[in-house]
Amino acid sequence: MAAIARPIHARLKREAGAESVFRWATFCSAMLVLALLAGVMISLIWGSWPALKTFGFDFLTTEVWNPVTEKFGALAPIYGTVVTSIIAMLIAIPIAFGIAVFLTETCPRWLRTPIGIAIELLAAIPSIVFGIWGLFILAPILQQHVQPWLIEHLGPWPIIGALFQGAPYGIGLLTAGIVLAIMVLPFITAVMREVFLVTPTAIKEAAYGVGATQWEVVWDVVLPWSRTGVIGGIMLGLGRALGETMAVTFVVGNAHRINSSLIAPGTTIAASIANEFAEAVGSLYTSSLMALGLILFVITFIVIACARLLLLRLEAGGNRRQV
Amino acid sequence: MTPVLRRRRWFSTVALGISMLATALGLAVLAWILGTLIFEGFKGWSWTTFTEMTPAPLSEGGLLNAIFGSFVMTGIGIGLGAPIGMLAGTYLAEYGRRSKLTPVIRFINDVLLSAPSIVVGLFVYEIVVTRMGTYSAIAGALALSIIALPVIVRTTEDMLRLVPVSLREGSAALGAQPWRTITSVIYPAARSGLVTSVLLAVARISGETAPLLFTALNNQFWNSDLTRPMANLPTVIYNYAGSPYENWQVLAWAGALMITLFVLVLSILARSTAALFGGGQRGGH
Repeated sequence: MAAIARPIHARLKREAGAESVFRWATFCSAMLVLALLAGVMISLIWGSWPALKTFGFDFLTTEVWNPVTEKFGALAPIYGTVVTSIIAMLIAIPIAFGIAVFLTETCPRWLRTPIGIAIELLAAIPSIVFGIWGLFILAPILQQHVQPWLIEHLGPWPIIGALFQGAPYGIGLLTAGIVLAIMVLPFITAVMREVFLVTPTAIKEAAYGVGATQWEVVWDVVLPWSRTGVIGGIMLGLGRALGETMAVTFVVGNAHRINSSLIAPGTTIAASIANEFAEAVGSLYTSSLMALGLILFVITFIVIACARLLLLRLEAGGNRRQV
Repeated sequence: MTPVLRRRRWFSTVALGISMLATALGLAVLAWILGTLIFEGFKGWSWTTFTEMTPAPLSEGGLLNAIFGSFVMTGIGIGLGAPIGMLAGTYLAEYGRRSKLTPVIRFINDVLLSAPSIVVGLFVYEIVVTRMGTYSAIAGALALSIIALPVIVRTTEDMLRLVPVSLREGSAALGAQPWRTITSVIYPAARSGLVTSVLLAVARISGETAPLLFTALNNQFWNSDLTRPMANLPTVIYNYAGSPYENWQVLAWAGALMITLFVLVLSILARSTAALFGGGQRGGH
């Protein structure tokens, strides 16, 4: 009896040992995710400390960005980031809505999957490809055909005219906004489509029953029902647009200036870092770029966190997907 | 038919027609981008593109050292990110099922999934590059592994959750410890799901440029020393596309086509392995 029991006992003991090692390893790996967030935050604060100490709150409200005199302010990149993201959202939201409506309502069933996959392929294309496409293909077209028209026809208008002043460079905030719109389109579409699909058929049928047209069902029943998810999807797209780097760096113009004109060159936070960091000399310059990174991380963290909180409710229904 | 009804119907038709146009526009842009990329990219594809080093301006050359560097750094990045990500995903799906920490970790992971990748570059610069005093391939690989981690954590958790509870119960009934159940029953059952998660992560990081710009930097020459700057396709594309030299621009397009084809093939592979595993379970981006 004892002769048999001993090996089994030893084996069980070994199993229990392995169990605690494995459990510990999975727990530590999971904690690493939290540590990563904390680490990013701390290292960014650490790195940007010299700049924050030197410029204080003025860093956020100064437009000057002069590596020679070592005067740095984040206002121009922040402005550019916000403006390009707004342009991107103004273009992407209606188109994404249109695609989502088409795919969930009017599209023949056999076409839904291929079109859905095609739109999602847009998300798989690396951002640098959008960058060189924007620089070599889109920007010349905008420069030769679209921007002269905007300057000539919208330029003289009161108020709106201020948005379309100056020479047509091709690159600039508007171009960056358009490229960003294409990039965030698949993300917003995917979420909208998902939430439109989970609208209960019964309430749609009820609306049809009282004589609503197909569009009225979409606009007055499906959209209000899925409002939370739609807003979540939009904010997720916004988070992407705010932090997108490579595509923007190619087409934004990289000028630390605030100009009311949308066709003027500008810069964004991410583009400034990508463009200048490797060449930055002097600790104050590097530190100022780190501070830009900190601002970007905080802004995108808030936007993405809000988006995820809104979408969490939908995911609770066992409908998690990767976007 | 009353005028009001006619107007409502007309409006409905027009609005849905516009939604169809929006779809056509989205598809047209995709076709435009891919079409240009294939057209411009193939112009730069030749035997020498794959067998020679990156050239000086206005001379002949290829992308060999950049292709090599990208493979090395993506490989190390996945080698670091995949095991840790899978273990973390295992915690979320198995051990931590009822832990109060799990929703928090999952939430933070989802936020990291969409966080700007350039910030990861800054983070690695701060903790590795300034400590080592030099840009290096290992710093680039570390940055890529940090980008890959949340992708793998999330997909692993999703895939493990698809494994039926009855398998866990059956294994437990035979007296297996949880770790044995996980490694001998659940992982094999979810094998193609786990493969999907790695494929998705490779697809995600192989096109990443921003985190490499000031971690791996670039190198015009062949380098296999991990502690020194290493050429990589995304950075070469970035530098060459922005240059005024025509031969560099041609190589930039050629490299962009290479990366895009690689990523698209991986995405399609990931999608089909996921479909194989989950029976219609979607594993897209």
